[in-house]
Order: sequence, then C-alpha cells, then structure tokens
Amino acid sequence: MLLTGLEDTLYMTFLSAAIGLAIGLPLGAILTITSKGHALESPRLNRTLGAVVNMGRSFPSLILIILLLPLSRLIVGTTLGPTAALVPLSVEMAPFIGRITENAFKEVEKGKIEAVLAMGTGPWAMVCKILVPEALPSLVRGVTLILISTLGLTAIAGCIGAGGLGSLAIRYGYQRFRTDIMFATVSLLILLVTAIQLTGNRVARRIGRRRHVYE
Amino acid sequence: MISVRDLRKTFVTPAAKVAALAGVDLDIRKGDIFGIVGFSGSGKSTLLRCINLLERPDSGTVRMEGKETTTLDRRQLGALRQKVGMIFQHFHLFDARTVADNIAYPLEIAKVGRKRIAARVEELASLVGIADKLKAYPGQLSGGQKQRVAIARALANDPIVLLSDEATSALDPETTWSILQLLKDINVNTGLTIAFVTHELDVVRVLCNRVAVLEAGRVMEKGEVGQVFHNPRSLAGKRLVEISRGFREGSLYTDGGGI
Repeated sequence: MLLTGLEDTLYMTFLSAAIGLAIGLPLGAILTITSKGHALESPRLNRTLGAVVNMGRSFPSLILIILLLPLSRLIVGTTLGPTAALVPLSVEMAPFIGRITENAFKEVEKGKIEAVLAMGTGPWAMVCKILVPEALPSLVRGVTLILISTLGLTAIAGCIGAGGLGSLAIRYGYQRFRTDIMFATVSLLILLVTAIQLTGNRVARRIGRRRHVYE
Repeated sequence: MISVRDLRKTFVTPAAKVAALAGVDLDIRKGDIFGIVGFSGSGKSTLLRCINLLERPDSGTVRMEGKETTTLDRRQLGALRQKVGMIFQHFHLFDARTVADNIAYPLEIAKVGRKRIAARVEELASLVGIADKLKAYPGQLSGGQKQRVAIARALANDPIVLLSDEATSALDPETTWSILQLLKDINVNTGLTIAFVTHELDVVRVLCNRVAVLEAGRVMEKGEVGQVFHNPRSLAGKRLVEISRGFREGSLYTDGGGI
C-alpha cells in the first residue's frame, strides 16, 4: 500500500511539474522579455499576462482542483486516480512556475541584458542563448522549489481522490486513526523533500563551479 | 559617419525632470577616436547610448553612414546594432560561456556558419592577446583580460563603430594603459572608428584625436584634442583641464582657487 502510494506520488509530482514547466517556462520568458527595456517590450501584453498569472495564483488550491475536475474528465476521461490529477496539478502549478522563472531571469544583471540588446539580439536568442544559460543555477533552484511545492499539492489533491501518500495519510492515518501509517507517510514525504532539495542544491552548485562563479 | 543633431533627452524621475541631453550636435568622422568627456551627470553616457538607441531620444536625429537610425523598426534596429560594437565599464561577459563562446555570440546571432565562426574567434582572440584563454570562463579572468574578451566580442561582426562606455574606468592604471594601446593599435591597423566616453582626461589625451566636452547635457566645446587641452575656451573645458593638471602636480585647484 505504501509502495503504491509512493509510486503514485512520484508519478504525479514529476509529471505534473514537467507539464507545469512546459507551460510555466515560456510564460516566465514572455513575462520577462515583454517587460520594460527588454527584447520584446510590450507593456500591454506584460500587464495582461501578469493579471492572468495573478488570477491563477489567487485560487485556493483545493478550490482550483475541484473547478478543474471537469477538464480532467474531458482530457483523461476520469476524475479519479493520479492521471486525472495531472490536469489540475499542472494548471495550478503553471502560473507559479511562470513567476519563479521570471524571478530567475530577472536576476540576470540589467547591464548584461543591455549589452546583449546592444549586439542586436532578438527575443528568441535572448531567451534561448542568454537568459536560460545565464540564469541556469537560479532556474535549477527554482525547479527544486517547484518540485517540493508540487509534492505538497499532490497531498491536497489526495483529499479528493487523486491517490498517493497524501491520500493515504488522510484516509488511513487521519480518518482511521492509524498512527503508524500517518508516521510512515510523513516520514516518506520528509525523505522525498530532503532528497529533492539536496539534489537541487548540488546541481546548482556544480553548474556555478564549472563556470568559476562562487556564491 | 555619425552625425547627431539637436539631440534631446529628459529623464522624468519622481523628484524632478532631468535634462540629460539638451540639444547636442556632434559629428564623428570615419577613423576618429572621438572622446566624449564631462563630469558625472553631464549626459555623456546618455549621448553614447542614444547612438545605438539603448536610450530613445525625445527629439533630434542620429545618422549613421547617412542613414537615420531613430526611425528604424525593431528588426532593422537589430541589424544596425549588429554593426555597432559596444564595450562597458563592467564588461558584461556571459558567465555561462567560455571566452571562445563569448566572442562567438555576435557571430551566432548574425547567422555565420560554424567553421567561419571558429576561424574568426581565433583571429580575434590573437588580435586582443587572449589566444591562450579561449577555453576559460570569464570567472577565471582578471579585469583587463575580461575587457580584452569584451573588445574581441564587440569587434566580431566588423562593426562600423565601437562605442565605449567608461571601458577603462574600472581598471588599474597599468591595465588601462594596455587596453588603450590595444584600441589605438586596432584603430591604426583597421581604421576602426571609436566613440569613447570617459571622465578620465588622461585617457582622452593618450587615446583620442578629437574630443567633445559635455556639461549639463550640452556640448561646451569640441575640437582636436591638442587644441582643447592646451587652450580650452569653455569654462567646463578649463575646469576639467585644471583639475587634471592639479592632480598631476599633487594639489588641486579649480577656478584659480586652491582646495
């Protein structure tokens, strides 16, 4: 039971984070390059996207997940199980990932961005050749943060039939007073979070070291 | 080559409106090393940044090789900027790229083929004297080496002009001297036009053939370096020259009074 729970949790976390990244990374990139003094300056697009992102982030997670259940039924055909949870989880994560990405990209010095613009760089090259590589250590730390947040979110989705460790903790540990299962699930979650964080830190540091940039 | 007419730019800050450029006229000829000097806040950097439109002037015109630049659209401006090199006080190299890849970047976005890039990078690296550092990352280089890489990068696409924004102001005197020699050599050997913004008068004296003195967003004086330095006519020019002379003599005088 615990093993299935762990499997479901890992499946939901990594896959929905990946789908979320596929939406959120471009979102963050557009938010960055449409800002003032950037490669594709466009205040209107920037404001509109910013508003959409803020709206997406305002919903309490559980409410958004419930609201998106019909969408899961449309795409996956069911509202139960880990696969059905992928849809709401990715949609929930995307705006957050957009902001994290934007933050990472904005950490690239303004002067450097100007130098890049002064060379005649277009929006594509700006994102692919400059922002992503230059901000890579921050992006890696961002992905760490994203994975851990998604992990937390899977537990909430577990309340309404997504399965996984969170669901076990609620159904057995809480509702059936099985303290041993509660303890086991929480321990597993702690291990997962620690492992993700340590790996993220190590990767980010290794990238920095390769470039001889020490923080 | 570059002609600037009645250029105006005002920065609106919450506290006040600052006229960074209040009607600047300037002509930079082909092959010039043109110094733009002034005290902090005189508008010299803004002027330089208006030439490649990092800063949009409020009014006035900038012509480069006869073509008006202020009316270009985004794509045309990109193409123009590929032909205008720029170097900075803080180098702005890419930490994620090796020296070779830093120099290659302008060529990549100009869609030059891989083989030609490799050959051009070698050529540029030996021109600026960093041929042994091609595989290093900027994080491993000294300030002077970084500026050499930045110069190589700025020259990659054979620019029609090199803009230099305080490029030696963060370097020690010896390194400054070597960078100036490098720029001068390149100017002599290739006829590269350079616009050099600085507050260091000695740098202008060594490097430039013509100079403009800016104050409060206006050109107070312009001409041959020798003439401006030996016989400054404007008050701003006189003050700059006095101060620079004062430093050399070990004491500081302005407007005839000692400090």
